[in-house]
Amino acid sequence: MSEEQKTVKAIDGPTRLEYRYSPGRASTRFLRGMEQKKILGQKCVGCGRVYVPPRGACARCGLPTEEEVEVQDTGTIVTFTIVRVPSQNIEIELPYCAASILLDGADIPFTALLRDVPVETVRLGMRVQGVWKPDAELGPSFDNIDHFTALDEPDVPFEKFQEHL
Amino acid sequence: MSEPQPLSAGHVLEYTYKRSVGPVLGRFFTSLRDGKIEGVKTRAGRVLVPPMEHDPETGEATSDDWVEVGPGGTVTTWAWVAEPRDQHPLDRPFAFALVRLDGADTAMLHAVDAGSESAMRTGMRVRARFADAPTGGIKDLACFTPEDAE
Repeated sequence: MSEEQKTVKAIDGPTRLEYRYSPGRASTRFLRGMEQKKILGQKCVGCGRVYVPPRGACARCGLPTEEEVEVQDTGTIVTFTIVRVPSQNIEIELPYCAASILLDGADIPFTALLRDVPVETVRLGMRVQGVWKPDAELGPSFDNIDHFTALDEPDVPFEKFQEHL
Repeated sequence: MSEPQPLSAGHVLEYTYKRSVGPVLGRFFTSLRDGKIEGVKTRAGRVLVPPMEHDPETGEATSDDWVEVGPGGTVTTWAWVAEPRDQHPLDRPFAFALVRLDGADTAMLHAVDAGSESAMRTGMRVRARFADAPTGGIKDLACFTPEDAE
């Protein structure tokens, strides 16, 4: 039986939502900073926590984060996961490590790709540094830091970052 | 802090679902691909188009008795779409309408390519226009057109 003659068993029914996304003022400043390889956070006027990337307000206090601070591209792994299951639209070679990284000077970690490190050796407290894309490829994007890689520095003890998980 | 103009970018969220249609709609779509519109009879003898696995009035399973309906039909109600959007069935102003196909006892929702709102009225006669390249789905029935326009 040819393909044409077969009974229809299924139909394509994609759900597609097309958005116009604006990151808002705080994250726009952050993304403009990323264009120049500067990581700009914002400090809460109440508790002093530094948000990277900034969202304009402190999630804990509800107060504006008015003071801009530049943080480093070095940081500490505060938690991580090893991905061994392939997923659609992700072309990274398996296994890889998705790490929650607390940048030096920041109080809120974010998730990033860790590369060039055997996944068996990844551990909490490990020191890492961002690897930037070539200057010609920089844009207003978080992706300017292509990935993180290990730094040859002693691990940070858990007590030093346990408030930042 | 001087404020830069907030950034803005396109963002698409898409789930590429494939939906199983079951035996009854499966037959309906298969027939549509062949240029036929078929309905199914309920136990009480009413013809449902589009066909369903169960009679919506009694909940009983519908019969295995299929009948070809249309391609002509009657508009039972409609709404004019003056500014079609990307996902709409037609790229020009059209009507969404309930069309009761000849031989059917129920009406189905589809598009009427009437040209202008003034050409639309409840009770008007329409005729099915099939897609040039059928794929096995409701879009194989491209739209309905007014009968007196042909």
